[in-house]
Amino acid sequence: MSKFKKKAEVKQEIPTSSMPDVVFMLLFFFMVTTEMRKSSIEVKQQIPKAAQLRKLERKTLVANLYIGQPTEAKFGTEEKIQANDAFISTEDIIRWVNEEKSKLAEAEREQLTIAIKGDKDAKRGIIADVETELRKGNARKVLYTAADNAGAKKN
Amino acid sequence: MARSTPEIPNASMADIAFLLLTFFLVTTTINNDKGLSIGLPPPPDPNKNEEVKMQEKNIFKIQVNSSDALLVEGEPMEDVSGLKEMIIKFVKNKGVDPASSESPEKAIVSFKTDRGTSHKRFVEILDIIQGAYYDIYAEQAGVTNKEFREAASQLADPEKKAIYERGKKDYPMNISIAEPTKVGN
Repeated sequence: MSKFKKKAEVKQEIPTSSMPDVVFMLLFFFMVTTEMRKSSIEVKQQIPKAAQLRKLERKTLVANLYIGQPTEAKFGTEEKIQANDAFISTEDIIRWVNEEKSKLAEAEREQLTIAIKGDKDAKRGIIADVETELRKGNARKVLYTAADNAGAKKN
Repeated sequence: MARSTPEIPNASMADIAFLLLTFFLVTTTINNDKGLSIGLPPPPDPNKNEEVKMQEKNIFKIQVNSSDALLVEGEPMEDVSGLKEMIIKFVKNKGVDPASSESPEKAIVSFKTDRGTSHKRFVEILDIIQGAYYDIYAEQAGVTNKEFREAASQLADPEKKAIYERGKKDYPMNISIAEPTKVGN
């Protein structure tokens, strides 16, 4: 009578034999993408949000400048500029730019982009001083690092 | 001579792999190399007087003071949601309104801040200004804003470069970021 026969009992187990392979694949992915930070960032870094973000074309052509209040109280509350692993003053920026440029191949030196990772509470004054120095140091491509807020707010 | 093949127990391999995986998961920081890109002007030449006379109507003035308050074309503005439309209208005016810009080439968006302005506010406003231009470019190139920005970062690809050039045509991104004033610090 019944046209629909009960299906035969099916094993309800997920094959796990390939699990190590999957895990290993994930593992390799993270091993390759991980970048151990050479230096810890000693300034506050709450990156402001923006919508009109642009990706960088070549990551090797980027030098980072971190600007914000020092995280440790012993360095005071005045905003500082951190390049690589040390605080630098605005006068040192030209020298730092030249150092970064010398790390690149001759033909690529003009394409060096400076990523300014400014804390959202950092003041415009110090960042403008940095920009002035960068102009003098002829590193005129600048990227203000920002986090994506697309979708959060339409503007 | 029969030799028993030695075997390594591999039941714990998955555990080891998981442990390593969790370690790398936790330590990985996916680098956030995205942001607002600008080109700075060349350093000022001390021998030349850089004073260039611009017609008032070709400049769209945006000013932000040390307490992050906004002044657009001399008028205080609380809500920034309409600013982007204002900029697009200003840039695309092409002499229609005699009090607005003459042509997109001559139109300049001037953005002046104070030394006390927060970086957050600066990025927010710069984002809106660039957004206005990207909207114009995207419309001209017939793609979405996002697609245009993606094309702009892949200029090695000739197809993407064509989109980029089609969008930028006739509309140079004239954003002038003026030296900040020194009221607050």
